[in-house]
Amino acid sequence: MLALLVGYLGDFELAEESAAEAFAVAARRWPAEGVPDHPAAWLVTTARNRAIDRLRRDRVLAAKLRLIEASMIASVEAEVNEVGEGEIPDERLELIFTCCHPALAVEAQVALTLRAVAGLGTEDIAHAFLVSAETMKRRLTRAKVKIRDAGIPFSVPSAGQLPERLAVVLAVVYLIFNQGYSAPGQAGQLATEAIRLGRVLTSLLPGQQETRGLLALMLLHDARRLARLSGPDGQDLVLLADQDRSLWDWRQIEEAREILGLAAAGRGPYVIQAAIASLQAASPVDWPRVAVLYEELAGLTGSPVVRLNGAVAVAEAEGPAAALAIVDGLDLAGYPYWHSTRAELLRRLGQPDAARAAYRAALDLAGTEPERRFLRKRIAEC
Amino acid sequence: MTVPSRETAVQYALLIYSKPGTVEALSPAEREELSREYFALRDEPGVLGGAGLQPVTTATTVRLADGKPLVTDGPFADTKEVFGGYYLYEADNLDQATEMAARIPVLRLGGTVEVRPVLGKAS
Repeated sequence: MLALLVGYLGDFELAEESAAEAFAVAARRWPAEGVPDHPAAWLVTTARNRAIDRLRRDRVLAAKLRLIEASMIASVEAEVNEVGEGEIPDERLELIFTCCHPALAVEAQVALTLRAVAGLGTEDIAHAFLVSAETMKRRLTRAKVKIRDAGIPFSVPSAGQLPERLAVVLAVVYLIFNQGYSAPGQAGQLATEAIRLGRVLTSLLPGQQETRGLLALMLLHDARRLARLSGPDGQDLVLLADQDRSLWDWRQIEEAREILGLAAAGRGPYVIQAAIASLQAASPVDWPRVAVLYEELAGLTGSPVVRLNGAVAVAEAEGPAAALAIVDGLDLAGYPYWHSTRAELLRRLGQPDAARAAYRAALDLAGTEPERRFLRKRIAEC
Repeated sequence: MTVPSRETAVQYALLIYSKPGTVEALSPAEREELSREYFALRDEPGVLGGAGLQPVTTATTVRLADGKPLVTDGPFADTKEVFGGYYLYEADNLDQATEMAARIPVLRLGGTVEVRPVLGKAS
């Protein structure tokens, strides 16, 4: 509904406010007068009428009012009053591409997507990203003003632009997922929201392999959520190899594998990552195959972090010495997982002093409490 | 149900920033070709105007000193990029404007184009 209103009004703020008003009117009237035949159409019409009232009151927006009156009032109201639910156009895709426009900063893309597409409250978003509600409100307002004043279009990009624009959207969704995944306490719901967004995207863009790949990837990671943390307060990190597999959501893993099967023709980064996650959920894990997939992924992305993850597979397939040689060749000294991976390999190679030092370096850089707790435990065990 | 377009044309300034010395490094023939390209863009539909500037060495700066205008040589930009000119371009939306900006030859020479909407009277 918000997508539709933004499409009509070209103004996020106005669309949000009038949608909220429409819901308030519905909450007042429907219990007494009964639910209208086409509730969604009713809400859209009411919201639009409220928006028009608001614009009439607002003389600064006189120019906009002329535009809206000319193009909408006559044609649209008649139409909406007559159409059924099924005929309301689905403009969620336009909304997603607007929120994830590359002319917006990444934080703004993420915040707007959560606010406008997923419908989260500003305070919840602020909480999940550990900033004040005031900061998040300003961030959202700035982004909405930029959309309006810079003329960021409310449209699905042309076929030529679609791949790179979709990559931005997928990156935003994955960022949201990871924010929820790495800090389950405060931001756990974000993982669920990201999966929901992934489902919406796969249904609206059925031909895109990478979209399926991302959805499968998120489902696979999320399926291990309950096994990933343990301890009395659920804040102790458990490594993949040590996880209790009976806690994994096997139905979700199956679903992910089916989606991945449909995306098998694609060889993009998300499809490959999902294939890796799928192999890692098997027992026993085919580590040589995992190492090969990481190699392919590293070739695609050129990312040293991918090479680091590949080294973990190499450690399983060929032993810790071969893996350490790869890890030591990577320039990732600012990355906590580089230190903790080195530490783990050194420990297995029987070098406890070097391992302890590397764990300490990782501890200094670790971002979340479960990670810190895990590393402290490892240091004590060395 | 068709969605009426809310879009009215927006005017954008496409501000051209070049790396100093990159044009000077070209051969005379290449420079001539470059200037032909810039003039050809002026004739594109939607381009309302524009100008290329003389090098920054020709610039003069005016500021107020004790409330009186003070005229000095410069600025001597030791910045990595210098403002070199602009187009005024009318488009339906930002995507069209960035597409146009992507065609400006300065990008090939390591420069950048800043796309800024122009202030309207009552927006």
